[in-house]
Amino acid sequence: MKKLINAPDAVVADALRGVQAAHGDRVRVTFEPYSVIRIDAPVPGKVGLISGGGSGHEPMHGGFVGPGMLDAACPGEVFTSPTPDQMIEATKAVNGGAGVIHIVKNYTGDVMNFDMAAEMGKSEDIEVETILTNDDVAVEDSLYTAGRRGVGVTVLVEKICGGAAEDRRSLQEVAELGRRVNAQGRSMGMALTPCITPASGEPSFELADDEVEIGIGIHGEPGRFREKIGPASQITERLMTPILEDLPFSSGDRVLAFVNGMGGTPLLELYIVYAEVAKIAAEHGLTIERNLIGNYITSLEMQGCSITLVKLDDEMVRYWDAPVNTPALRWGV
Amino acid sequence: MAIDRDDTLDWMTRFAGEMSEHRQELVRLDTAIGDGDHGTNMNRGMQKALEKLQTSEQADPGAVLKTVAMALVSSVGGAAGPLYGTLFLQMGTAMAGQAEVDLPGFAAAWRKGLEGVQSRGKAQPGDKTMVDALLPAIDAMEQATDLDSGLAAAVVGAEQGMNATTPLVARKGRASYLAERSAGHQDPGATSTYYLFKSAAETLAD
Repeated sequence: MKKLINAPDAVVADALRGVQAAHGDRVRVTFEPYSVIRIDAPVPGKVGLISGGGSGHEPMHGGFVGPGMLDAACPGEVFTSPTPDQMIEATKAVNGGAGVIHIVKNYTGDVMNFDMAAEMGKSEDIEVETILTNDDVAVEDSLYTAGRRGVGVTVLVEKICGGAAEDRRSLQEVAELGRRVNAQGRSMGMALTPCITPASGEPSFELADDEVEIGIGIHGEPGRFREKIGPASQITERLMTPILEDLPFSSGDRVLAFVNGMGGTPLLELYIVYAEVAKIAAEHGLTIERNLIGNYITSLEMQGCSITLVKLDDEMVRYWDAPVNTPALRWGV
Repeated sequence: MAIDRDDTLDWMTRFAGEMSEHRQELVRLDTAIGDGDHGTNMNRGMQKALEKLQTSEQADPGAVLKTVAMALVSSVGGAAGPLYGTLFLQMGTAMAGQAEVDLPGFAAAWRKGLEGVQSRGKAQPGDKTMVDALLPAIDAMEQATDLDSGLAAAVVGAEQGMNATTPLVARKGRASYLAERSAGHQDPGATSTYYLFKSAAETLAD
């Protein structure tokens, strides 16, 4: 294992020191417990938005803290959900009197820790709503699993809810909008390589040089099946078909198409995938009204990508287009 | 023939030692069907717990377990933090205020802990989780008539439960995403739970 680290157990703290050094003018970083908080939080009268999850998915979530998106992020250890006290502290820090929304990806650990935070935080007298994201169509039998994972749509929920919160929409309105984005969103991912967590030092799974893993999650967990590598057009179709069938998306739908890199794949290849996504969308009569291409919800240095489609409505487009000023996502400012 | 505060401290110290010693084994098991952090997280959590135990005063066995619970909840994260935190918190609450805990009291505390774990994680027996080690161990402990044989029977039950997770298909946690591919691997959570019973037998028997 070769990594640009000082020590495996110092990875998160060292990276947060970098975030503080780079973006200290717009975010406040705390270390006991870990959090990244918007520098002007709490914003009076605005719904506070917090999210959290294991580290290793950068720029999610810390890179999305700022006006027009999150008020705070709670980073856990690498691929490990954060702890309830982090979430309680962040909730208090961003409460501007209009309530706080927790955006939680549907993973066992994340859900349990946010549940405990909600229970332990009840005495704080802050109104909290939870948006659970679960957009990963690769999880087939949700009855006999922990349920569909929250993946790419999480980034889009954070952006769109951030726009609505900045517009002083109410707690209920922002929560309802976020749940609608999740309900209208579907994702699937694939890997060309596994990733290596600093703590384990071992690849998260074995994959032959000529194989790809289809249907991966964002923690190096293996996917639905593996097969011989084919051209990008074939791989894109492998991801798009289950996404299109699941919602289902139908001719005439307006969509946001998000091609996300898993961390180790160059933009050059992501644009090749996007070209295939656009072609398949056109064949199905979908209008891609907005898009996002880049590394936004990653799995350390894994090579691969995920595709997310969201069926849009006017309100979603309006808040997608609204100004955002965060370290990793910025427009309209 | 009872467990006092110092016994409980010895138990937790031994358990922390097991988590440190078997860290790589738990990481390896978790890499196969999870995300490879169970050993690292449990080791970090129990080291935090030992620090907390050394820097605060606990009046009785229940207080020791509650201190461990809060340290785990606030330092582990993942699924293991809330689950082990809930286990120790429920056990500590069940034993609250007692200077010494006998076998029936200890077994009853475990039962409360198991209920808490199941309520938190929604796992049923056979889902390939720590419940599969807890349940047979507690069943065996409840059948025993004295502390030593109860602890010994619990270790056997936990070990059998742990081994029995190998052929199971996971239905909870990250391993469940693998479906049939999770079969053939021993569950890391059931394994750390086995070490919890093993360290109990080594420190709490008379």
